[in-house]
Amino acid sequence: MNPAPLEQALDAARQGRRLTPEEGLALLNEAELLTLGRLAHAARLARNPEPVVTYVVDRNINTTNACSCGCRFCAFHRPPGHPQVFHLSRGELARKIEETLALGGTQILIQGGLDPDTGLEEVCDTFRFIKSRYPIHIHGLSPPEVVFLARREGLEVGRVLDRLVAAGLDSIPGGGAEILVDRVRRAVSPGKCSSDQWLEVMAQAHARGLMTTATMMFGHLETPAERVIHLVRLRELQDASLAAGRGSFTAFIPWTFQPAHTALAHLAPATGSDYLRLLAVSRLVLDNFPHLQASWVTQGPKMAQVALLFGADDLGSTMIEENVVAAAGACYRLERKEMVRLAAEAGFTACQRDTLYRRLEAYSG
Amino acid sequence: MHNTAPADAQSPPPPQGAPRRLPPLEVDRRLIADPALKAVAARLEAGRRLGWEEGMALMTSRDLLGLGALGLAARRALHRRRAYYVINRHLNYSNVCVNRCAFCAFWREPGAEGAYTLSPREAAALAAAQPEPALSELHVVGSCHPELGLDYYLELLRALKRARPRAALKAFTPVEIDHMARREGLEVKEVLARLKQAGLAAMPGGGAEVFSPRVRARLCPRKISGRRWLEICGQAHRLGIPTNATMLYGHIETPRERVEHLLMLRRQQDATGGFNAFIPLAFHPLNTALSQAAPTGGLDDLRLIAASRLLLDNFPHIKAYWVMLGEKLAGVALNFGADDLDGTIGQENITHAAGATSARGLSETRLRQLITAAGFTPVRRDAFYHSLEDGRP
Repeated sequence: MNPAPLEQALDAARQGRRLTPEEGLALLNEAELLTLGRLAHAARLARNPEPVVTYVVDRNINTTNACSCGCRFCAFHRPPGHPQVFHLSRGELARKIEETLALGGTQILIQGGLDPDTGLEEVCDTFRFIKSRYPIHIHGLSPPEVVFLARREGLEVGRVLDRLVAAGLDSIPGGGAEILVDRVRRAVSPGKCSSDQWLEVMAQAHARGLMTTATMMFGHLETPAERVIHLVRLRELQDASLAAGRGSFTAFIPWTFQPAHTALAHLAPATGSDYLRLLAVSRLVLDNFPHLQASWVTQGPKMAQVALLFGADDLGSTMIEENVVAAAGACYRLERKEMVRLAAEAGFTACQRDTLYRRLEAYSG
Repeated sequence: MHNTAPADAQSPPPPQGAPRRLPPLEVDRRLIADPALKAVAARLEAGRRLGWEEGMALMTSRDLLGLGALGLAARRALHRRRAYYVINRHLNYSNVCVNRCAFCAFWREPGAEGAYTLSPREAAALAAAQPEPALSELHVVGSCHPELGLDYYLELLRALKRARPRAALKAFTPVEIDHMARREGLEVKEVLARLKQAGLAAMPGGGAEVFSPRVRARLCPRKISGRRWLEICGQAHRLGIPTNATMLYGHIETPRERVEHLLMLRRQQDATGGFNAFIPLAFHPLNTALSQAAPTGGLDDLRLIAASRLLLDNFPHIKAYWVMLGEKLAGVALNFGADDLDGTIGQENITHAAGATSARGLSETRLRQLITAAGFTPVRRDAFYHSLEDGRP
């Protein structure tokens, strides 16, 4: 892919025309940082005009760290059978959910690994256990886990989703997308599902009325053009899902690869400039995504605040607990009152939301 | 990868002539949303100096991208695409201090646990410890130690010079200089002249905090006044010792006090012209007497970069100090008015005592990556902002 002339790309963005992949690439490669910020913030205000920044109170619960995937960018997993493998007990799971509810939490983001010792029925049992006891939204699994369960059980992806939904799955987080280009996936996560499979799980989930998110992990072996291809593939699926009128993507969440303690520790981490550029371009290319999340977990609170003026309208989760990024060296913590303050300093009112981006607090202007 | 420093890298440049001023700026007005900033832009486009009113507009606007557009226009006019960094090392000779400032997590009482004072020989051994042939600058600051006399500081400089003959010694804040002078009953001018003779080449800009007497009375009542701080910098400038200047922001100061601080620095620079860089320092509350305070946000950090670039129109350089901003935001700050990222540092102690989450030091490769990713051209410099890029492969 060759970039379009920069002026053409800037004109398209200024006029709110849909960007071609070539125009997206020109913006990502060549536009001035501040110009990208201004265009992205204008696009954000066009879609979400109120000076509100949302966040969700939740907890990331990892039911296991056993994973046969062996992704080179991951510092959290242990191969099945490894002495450091854990499986969360029902008692621990219950305690974590009760703490979350006590703190005003509305969802749990519950994920495991590609664990040969955990079958579909066991996952469904866990969801039923949660739903029979607690009024909490299950934002669960990720496309690679769904694909893994389908293969393990010899079932179609759609059948697996049907059973998970019947057991209590409410929505699917967009993890495991990494870069939706198979050249990159073969290099960094060869054990993980293909980009087509990732998109297929989301398409099937949307067809069943589930809302999902989408992520991108960038700053490793991908090229700028491959970042743009990732965005365009998400945009295409979202077009189709919105046209079908059932489920769709709520938000896009880009975050940067954290190299420490991974098999790619020799790579230089993405800079703050890299992050803001990608964030702004994703707001411009993903013209059919309602929300864009700032990643304070990988960027820190200072950069997350700046991100609110580069296209982001959501601060993600307070993350009462987070394990995966922390295992790769990120050490940021952000309390609710800190989120409220960061938003206020930047001229926004912070509002707690639920998983579907419905505000739980009124904004009175 | 490294060329050798020019032979005169250790001697300061001759006193500067008329301080530089900002030329009329070309501002990308499409980036500005706040009408108050558009008024500031008009003044800058006309090549006019900013005053109180514009200072307050900069210090209170929430139009981050508008602030950036103005800061970027100014840094471009002065430095084009260049962004500087230095191969340097920090050395803190002692943490024993009588000043007990509320915002400091580094100081200790004499004899307290963790209190230390390096002998000149120990300091020199530390400075020589890891081989770094390209080392251009030693940044040496400590404390107001109750017992050390001027002889200690002179010997410290001589020992460091012997250990690192090619590195410029950028040592002692005006606060330490005043402490030495009073303890010895000498004029500041005399102290500076003797330190210069022993190898002092430049001075860092610490201890300025916020000049407002109200702020100083509450946070650092034992520290010298803002007026005294400026007077000592002026003395140094007249002796051909360039200095930096700082402002520690994000605690109890008001926007008005910030503007006042910057305008006082500008007046001093008009008079004596020896300031090289201004470094806004983001307050870090952890382990200080103000530990309940919230850390500064990225918006405020970038605002200070832009506002200081525009108000300090006679300062050659604005430094984005990555230790306090974090390396991500420091790189971004190059697009908001900064032209310098400080340096490799080696091992930073003072901000890390107050909970900094940045690395203790950065590699030269990483500094160059941060600059390139922000869209600028890296320039390795010496302590006096001479480029050391010639002959780089």
